[in-house]
This record gives sequence, structure tokens and C-alpha cells, in this order.
Amino acid sequence: MKQEIIIAGFGGQGVLSMGKILAYSGVMQGLEVTWMPSYGPEMRGGTANVTVILSDNRISSPIVQDYDTVIVLNQQSLDKFESSVKPGGILMYDPNGISNPPTRTDITIYKIPATEESAKMGNPRVFNMIVLGALLKVNPVVEIENSFKGLEKSLPERLHKTIPANQQAILRGMELVQ
Amino acid sequence: MEEVRLMKGNEVLAEAAIRCGCDGYFGYPITPQSEVLETLMERKPWEETGMIVLQAESETAAINMLYGGAAAGKKVMTSSSSPGISLMSEGLSYLAGAELPCVIINVSRGGPGLGTIQGAQSDYFMSVKGGGHGDFNMIVLAPASVQEMNDFVELAFDLAFKYRTPSLILADGVIGQMMEKVVLKPFKPRWTEEEIIRMNGNWAVTGKKNRNKNIVTSVELDPLSQEAFNHRLQAKYREIEKNEVRYEAIHCDDAEYVLVAYGSSARICEKTVEIARENGHKVGLLRPITLFPFPNEPFEKLSEQVKGFLSVEMSAGQLIYDIRMASKCRVPVHHFGRMGGMVHSPSEVYDSLKSFFSLN
Repeated sequence: MKQEIIIAGFGGQGVLSMGKILAYSGVMQGLEVTWMPSYGPEMRGGTANVTVILSDNRISSPIVQDYDTVIVLNQQSLDKFESSVKPGGILMYDPNGISNPPTRTDITIYKIPATEESAKMGNPRVFNMIVLGALLKVNPVVEIENSFKGLEKSLPERLHKTIPANQQAILRGMELVQ
Repeated sequence: MEEVRLMKGNEVLAEAAIRCGCDGYFGYPITPQSEVLETLMERKPWEETGMIVLQAESETAAINMLYGGAAAGKKVMTSSSSPGISLMSEGLSYLAGAELPCVIINVSRGGPGLGTIQGAQSDYFMSVKGGGHGDFNMIVLAPASVQEMNDFVELAFDLAFKYRTPSLILADGVIGQMMEKVVLKPFKPRWTEEEIIRMNGNWAVTGKKNRNKNIVTSVELDPLSQEAFNHRLQAKYREIEKNEVRYEAIHCDDAEYVLVAYGSSARICEKTVEIARENGHKVGLLRPITLFPFPNEPFEKLSEQVKGFLSVEMSAGQLIYDIRMASKCRVPVHHFGRMGGMVHSPSEVYDSLKSFFSLN
């Protein structure tokens, strides 16, 4: 098993932390992982992205051109990465703020209204965990228990009180997938 | 017990320093390696092991603090990124001239000048050929994974003390910012004063007691004596070349073409090898782990077997000269690499390989 995943969106949407939780979940499952962020000026307000690779075997390049799964959380990222999904791969996007939805027909596209759902849950901060839940439903790269363990490992102790709300958001995200 | 964590390359440099019994870290923040100092400040090792962590007023100050700590026989370390290492170059020369063991880490970025904050590999010459004035070399280790970032800190200290010479870890922004699984080493206590006197007492300034005085200096007014010292220094470097070469060969046994890369570029090239092999091309990867001493021997051997080398470095081409020397120019050696903080992808490397060697 080897999964090359990119998560892209605005800085501040929790893109990097979602990637870290996914990567740590992989560690808890005994997989090899790499987490490669974009960093620098674009982190402060512009676009941010992170490449997460999970594999049974040693991972060569942490940087790749095409992905098994692409998760985009804004229009710029959709425009930039739609063409980078491997044929037969998965594209997941949040329709919030999207005026030009994806058009490819050789991939599976999932529309996950995570922004809307996090507002319904009264907690916009769990937005990224809803997306993670949806990802784990359509592409179960790690078991749900390991994603909970990854969540706990990724969060500093002072944020451990938010674990139940985040777990709930992961489960809600799984339910959102049709 | 084995401790597995998910960490950034930069974070693990800090953790590894604490765990291997480092006595002091002196540094000045610069992207893309600021997490080293940040992690140390957060970890507060002074409460745990007594290790000193100090944010110096500049890189020049930091490298001279290193000189002071090293002269006292302590395990001291600094880290910076390309422009900061340039500022340290006078100190590096003095450290080499005074034969002081210490560890310097360069998490390099795009240049010249202030350049960019993204990873680059354009400091090869500075690390391996120059680094400061005068005839000197540093031991240069090039980690290609977060695990190696961890392991090489202790290795760099061991080599530095074994040969009484500065060790440099040449990483780059990609390895520094990347997170991977890492197995941490168990904690080692810092050396006691008695241990330092026992191990380093014949040269370090530990407080003179029942021995001749030790003088740590790099100045010599008599050129004949300086030349004798130069010979001794060179003999030491030849000894290092004899004993400390490290490299990794991947699929080189039957290779017709060999990619050569270190650090993050080597990881990218490993994927290129996978792609090339899937397409039926016999391609291997030779990854120098020590850049000084350079692994000449495998190149000399491979030059009898392969049709060509492709040096892949995020630079305009610096490593390529050592490959040409080591392979005695018996086969063509080309260079490919993005610059300025741009990182080449595995398929870009593959395309350049095909184009240089006219492969289908």
C-alpha cells in the first residue's frame, strides 16, 4: 500500500495540522510516513499545502507531481491541483467559495460541505477534522482508532480538552460522504 | 526503550543534541531552521541535563561562543542557514586552525545573498571546498531523512572529537521542514568535568592542574612552524579520507546510468530510479553521505561499468566537479537541478536523464 495525498487550501484552515494528524495516524498504524509542507510567505494568508505520503515500505521522494488523493479547500487550490490527480484517483473538495467546480471525468470526485457542517456543529475550528473523516471514509488509509490516536499525539496537552469535539467531527465527516 | 515520534528535521536536531549530551547550543534564528532554537527553548534542557541554550546577538557571536565552549573541551553546537553560515566563515577557519571539535549545522536555502527561504543545495562548495580562509576541511555529513538528521548529530560529535575538527551537517530546507517517523536515541549524560579532563585534558583549557599548560590558538608567527602545522592538519584530513567515507548505493550493481545526489535531492532521485526501472532503464543512485571525505572509490569503480552519471543537485552544479574527478572523466557526467529554492520533481529528473542520454 502506498498513498500519495495532497491537502491544499488557505493558510489558517488547518491544512497543515490536518496533514500532521493524518501522518501521525499513519505512524500509529505502523506505516512509513512523510509530511512535506509548503512554507514561507504563502502560509500567512495565502495558500498553504501539505503532501502526506503513507506507505508499507520505505518512502523515496517526499515530493511528487501526481497524487492518489487531492483535497482542495479553496478555488485557487482546485485550479492548481485538479490536473494533478492520478487517473482513477480521488478529488475531494468543499463547495464553500467554489464558483468553478471540477470537471474531470476520469477521477472520482467528492463534494464535502465541511464548512457548512462545522457551522451547524457550532464549531468552525473542527472543519479540518470533518474533511479528514470524509477522507478516511472514501480512502480508508488508516483505521479510525488510529486516527483518534494520531489526533491525540498531534495535539499539545493544552488542547487535549478539544479531542472529543474533534473525534465527533471525524465521525460526522464520515457520515457526510454519499 | 525505542521511542518513535513524528518530527520535523529541525526539531529532531534539537532533540538529538539534548539526548547525546550536548553541553551548549549557540545560535541566531533564520528560516528555514528556526525550529532548532525554538524547540530547544521550549524543551528547556538546562533544567533537565544542564545544557546551555543561548540566542546570540548574531551568527558571528554564535560561532565565537562555539570556539570558547569547544576550547574548554565541551560538546557545543550551532545551526543556521546559508547567509548565516557565510557570517560564520571566519570562525570556522579559526576553529579548524585551533583544531577544535564542534558541530555546525547548515539547513541551507536559496542564494546568493539573502536569497529565498526555501531549500536549496547551493552551499556545496562552501561546505566542502571553502568554508573560510586557509587550507582546511570540515567533516561534512549530508542527511537525507529525518532519521539521519537525528543520527548524524551524535555521529558529527563523535567524529569531531575523534579528529579534533569541526563537523558540519549540510541539510536543506526540505529535510529541515519535513516530518517523518524517527526513532530517538536514549538519553546520554553530559560529560562530567572529570571525564572532560580525562578525555580532552591534553589539549583543552580545563583549568591547569598537575600538567603543562594548554594553549588553544590558531596563530603562529613562524612560517616554518605554521607549515609543519599545515602538514599535520593535512595528514589528519588524509586519515579522515581513509577511515570515514560513507555512502549509499541503490540499484547500482547492474546500472547503466547512475544518478548522484545527496540530501533531499537523493530522496527525489530514489523515486526517479523507481520510475526509470519501471520503464526498463537500468538506473541506479549513488548517494554520498559524507561530502568530505568524498566517496571517490565507488565512482572510480562505476566508471568502468556505467555509460554516464547525472549529478542532481538543487544548484547550478557544484557536486558535479567531484564526480568528474572521482570518475576520472571516463564517462560523461551531466548536471541537472532547479535553483533558487525551487525543488525538482522525480519526473523532471527522469526527463533530464532521458534527454542527456537519449533514452526512450
